[in-house]
Amino acid sequence: MYEIRLHGRGGQGVVTASELLSVAAFNEGRYAQAFPSFGSERTGAPVAAFCRIDDRRIRLREPVRRPDAVIVQDATLLRHVDVFAGLAPGGLVLLNTGLDTFDGIPPGVRTHLVPATQLALEHIGRPVPNAPLLGAFAAASGQVALESVVRAIRQRFTGRMAEANVAAARHAHALVSAQQRERADA
Amino acid sequence: MTVQRVKFYQTGSFAVGNRLLDPAQRSTQARMDRANSITSGHRACQGCGEALAARYVLDAASRATGGQLVVVNATGCLEVFSTPYPESAWRVPWLHSLFGNAPAVASGVAAALRARGRTEIRVIGQGGDGGTVDIGFGALSGMFERNDDVLYVCYDNQAYMNTGVQRSGATPPAARTATTPAVGPQPGNTFGQGKSAPLVAMAHEIPYVATATVAGLRDLEAKVFRAMQLRGARYLHVLVPCPLGWGSGTGETIRLGRLAVETGLFPVFEAERGEVVAVTPIRRRLPVEEYLRPQRRYAHLFEPAVRSDVIERLQAMADRNVRRFHLGGKR
Amino acid sequence: MLSQIEGSRAVAEAVARCRPQVICAYPISPQTHIVEALSALVKSGRLTGCEYVNVESEFAAMSVAIGASAAGARAYTATASQGLLYMVEALYNAAGLGLPIVMTVANRAIGAPINIWNDHSDTMSQRDSGWIQLYAESNQDAVDLHVLAFRLAEELSTPVMVCMDGFVLTHAVEPVDLPDPSQVDAFLPALRPRQVLDPAEPVSIGAMVGPEAFTEVRYLAHLTQLRALDRIPVLARELRDVLGRGGTGLVDPYRCEDAETVVVALGSVLGTLKDTVDELRAEGVAVGVLGVTTFRPFPADALREALRRARRVVVLERAFAVGVGGVVSADIAAAMAGTPQRHYTVVAGLGGRPVTRDSLHSMIADAAADQLAPLTFLDLDHDLVRQATGGQP
Repeated sequence: MYEIRLHGRGGQGVVTASELLSVAAFNEGRYAQAFPSFGSERTGAPVAAFCRIDDRRIRLREPVRRPDAVIVQDATLLRHVDVFAGLAPGGLVLLNTGLDTFDGIPPGVRTHLVPATQLALEHIGRPVPNAPLLGAFAAASGQVALESVVRAIRQRFTGRMAEANVAAARHAHALVSAQQRERADA
Repeated sequence: MTVQRVKFYQTGSFAVGNRLLDPAQRSTQARMDRANSITSGHRACQGCGEALAARYVLDAASRATGGQLVVVNATGCLEVFSTPYPESAWRVPWLHSLFGNAPAVASGVAAALRARGRTEIRVIGQGGDGGTVDIGFGALSGMFERNDDVLYVCYDNQAYMNTGVQRSGATPPAARTATTPAVGPQPGNTFGQGKSAPLVAMAHEIPYVATATVAGLRDLEAKVFRAMQLRGARYLHVLVPCPLGWGSGTGETIRLGRLAVETGLFPVFEAERGEVVAVTPIRRRLPVEEYLRPQRRYAHLFEPAVRSDVIERLQAMADRNVRRFHLGGKR
Repeated sequence: MLSQIEGSRAVAEAVARCRPQVICAYPISPQTHIVEALSALVKSGRLTGCEYVNVESEFAAMSVAIGASAAGARAYTATASQGLLYMVEALYNAAGLGLPIVMTVANRAIGAPINIWNDHSDTMSQRDSGWIQLYAESNQDAVDLHVLAFRLAEELSTPVMVCMDGFVLTHAVEPVDLPDPSQVDAFLPALRPRQVLDPAEPVSIGAMVGPEAFTEVRYLAHLTQLRALDRIPVLARELRDVLGRGGTGLVDPYRCEDAETVVVALGSVLGTLKDTVDELRAEGVAVGVLGVTTFRPFPADALREALRRARRVVVLERAFAVGVGGVVSADIAAAMAGTPQRHYTVVAGLGGRPVTRDSLHSMIADAAADQLAPLTFLDLDHDLVRQATGGQP
């Protein structure tokens, strides 16, 4: 079983991201479960969502406490929320930031810094970073194919909005793939 | 042979039937084929205004709809005295659910009939003042707001009679009830804001709102007929004296209803979509005292001393009604 | 058709396939997505022959359902927590009048203190109302139970509530096989009410019943529910034949045959329990799980049979009776009176506190060593309690 925890703020599409991720896995014939950490979230309040992917039926219902991957849609959360709780060495971190380096990420984890908000503004015109981060996740984790993510986006959104999100996801995927190649070469 | 001078008030005779009237103008109650929607044998008190009004209303509704009627009844006197298991006085399809939900249950019946394509069957919700203006008020407003196709009839005897004459939101000022006893410096019910369900119904701008009394049979029947010509939420508020609760003679029910009208205390009018479209002008205006004296629930206004201060306030209320609703009439 | 879909939406799709004629709804977290999805289905024309009534309170919702059902329409509503309590008078009324209403309850805690998260306080508080209660373990289960519920309700002329854990199930996106409309039609015929308001044959429904007959009327209601214990397995089997999946409908034993310790539970926690049991079994611990699907009527015989070989029973409660202790465990103890098993009551997950494998591992280990107190609250913050009580544990 592969477990992902997503962090962000209300209004950034964190819950949608977890659902799209589960749909992407489903599209590949795998079993996936997505659910939010529920609260009376208001726009801007910290939210978390979870996604589990497996090849057999998932019966477990508890929140993800030992994630294999953590996706952080809003870097300012690092000051307030222990977004990396339970993440083991070797785990994956995807952090939405335009910076080249970032303090506060635990040692021993695989990190990809993704300018998701910039990509979202560029392709979608709105600072909703979830789709690019999903494209990045596909590249970084190998758990779902980019095309599965694309298909999931098109199942949820229509028309121009769908294609804009798809473009942002592809762009992020390409960025992370390039980062991986750099590291492999290094 | 003695000759008796017969005095007619045109065709609006007080008589239930009149062989000199055109059969077409015969009241539903006077017809051989009246439905007897609530039939005899029920256990209402002698002189019960509500039992009488329910028969008037439902027989008229039956006639207006060809018998295609379903009735939803709130908990209260009417429900209790008419359905002591295993007997029932109802000859129409009848449902009693709870005290505070009759308007909602009626809405449900109407929804079911729509879903089943049986909208030729009409729905009447009915209850007392307690179930309508107090505990059922939220449900009533919801029904109005949705404009559900229901005629809701409130039989207003101005207190919770079934449970022993406790005060309701419809109890008039100064009236004695079990929870507004005639003791202390302000005996009887307080002079509060009142709660005019007809005016609230008008505020919802529903297709039809009307008031009536058990004393005006033809007026009541005509209003039921008018209501059944329309679709959507309709509200009928009927004053029904209660001999037990009002402390009045069992033979006085109809007369008291008439006095309530003629003093101006109970305005009789019709409204459509929030605007008054017709009023029943007062023939001969009477002072409120004539209405209050025959009711022991107002006895404390006359014994041990006459409380002219209170009576004047009640008179002022009546005067305001006359002005507000343009009830005319000479005093 | 297999879909990756939110639980609420899956339930809405299931209900829609049951051809409801009147849906009345008042929104309350965490049921809102169900009624929103149904309103879209009706308004878009995908669900036809159905009146969707937006009511002004939960009390009105159940009341509209009562009127609609009495007038011969298949009626449905949904609520949770405070909303369920707000309609209690109408709940009893619907059951007493024998109206086959189906209602989804998205299990949520009851305030005060106000809490919108999942536990079973709401439906457990209504276990005496005369409604049949079915508890779903997963969203697939919830979908299938709704189809079963309508058929069961209409056959027995008794209302049925399908309980599904709020947020945990309602807001979880997971694969659900939505039954084909033709499959549902094959299983669920058109409503034929036991009695109906019809001018062609007038009846009076809701008479006042005095002391001379009330006991018999209520006893008959009790017998009707008991008849459900026979009918549920039969209908569940029939549904299984149509859908190709499903349990017995009463209880769901998992690895109980040779279990020394059996944990009994209702609802979504069963999923976590099954994973925990598999882990413990791999370590050689003889533990099993008994899921209870039908809680009312209480399946005493099925339960006794499933627990027969166990040495100890741990009842994992998602609600509790203030001043007493367990709710489900009281029924289980009564059913198992005279049997030698040890009983433990563990109250867990109140107000949405997650029930974790880690905590369940410890709980079962303690139970297996008979080191558990008769009544414990899982993951209770003892320090906080000590602070608040000035030292009392």
